[in-house]
Amino acid sequence: MRFLIPLAVFAIMVIFLAIGLTLNPREVPSPLIGKPAPAFNLPQVAAADKTLSPSDFKGQVVLVNVWASWCVSCRQEHPVLLQLARQGLVPIYGLNYKDQREAALGWLRQHGDPYAASAFDADGRVGIDWGVYGVPETFVIDRAGIIRHKHTGPVTPAALEQDILPLVRQLQGEAP
Amino acid sequence: MRGWLLGCLLLGLGSTGLAVEVRDFDDPAKQARYERLIEELRCLVCQNQSLADSDAELAKDLRDEVYGIIQSGKDEAEAVRFLTDRYGDFVLYRPPVKGITLLLWGGPVMILLFGGVFVWFRSRRHAAEYQTELSDAERLQLEERLESLEQKHHEG
Repeated sequence: MRFLIPLAVFAIMVIFLAIGLTLNPREVPSPLIGKPAPAFNLPQVAAADKTLSPSDFKGQVVLVNVWASWCVSCRQEHPVLLQLARQGLVPIYGLNYKDQREAALGWLRQHGDPYAASAFDADGRVGIDWGVYGVPETFVIDRAGIIRHKHTGPVTPAALEQDILPLVRQLQGEAP
Repeated sequence: MRGWLLGCLLLGLGSTGLAVEVRDFDDPAKQARYERLIEELRCLVCQNQSLADSDAELAKDLRDEVYGIIQSGKDEAEAVRFLTDRYGDFVLYRPPVKGITLLLWGGPVMILLFGGVFVWFRSRRHAAEYQTELSDAERLQLEERLESLEQKHHEG
């Protein structure tokens, strides 16, 4: 009987700590979800004289993927993005974050280019507006230009099938 | 060996330099505001470091932003809002009191209260168990023993 209270306290602590172990501390919830995609107007990676801004993809459901040629885990998710682009389910726009144009272009040549277009954010100011803190990051934007989901870290086939694509299909079904 | 140890010590001293770059302010009050802020804001890359401590590229960029806001004459709240609008309350080492942080702020007070109540009840029960007042029979017994001891003392 006298051990019952400490045992109960211990059990409660174990439960809380066990829940804590399953959480990912790197996953910081974005306050931008449910808000309009932050505006920008940046030159494109492929053509410095052309610009890209969120108004270019208004009216359609898109993914915005933050990437860089120096980003190692971008390499990990790249085949997933390439396959998604081949399937043509949803257009992917790139935000090339704190990169050099030559390096970025070389990277796309070498690994393939899944992007409808990539914006060139050399100083990372747009990345800050989008709350980027770890590349790669992927945003799901609806027809009205609202951010509906953010995936931090490389897009895995599992994350694509379980979170991203079901949401994309649902948003594509919604009236514009 | 000695020289080697000394070298290691000196190397250690060299690396304690701050991550923060030197910045010019047109007003020492602004500088104080800036320095206080970057200590209070949390880096998102090295999550257990403040913006002031972190060497991460992003921390430097965010220090640039905070510097720009403060130098332009805006107050701390403005700089904090800039960061929480983009990164959420996570950047604050002192999260605001609201629904989701109630347990965080109220938890320690609750534990203190529960602990206090627990200790109070325990000590009351103890007091009831171990009565220090002697009953009449015990007092009589005690006096008898004292008397017999005194007698032995006189005899001895």
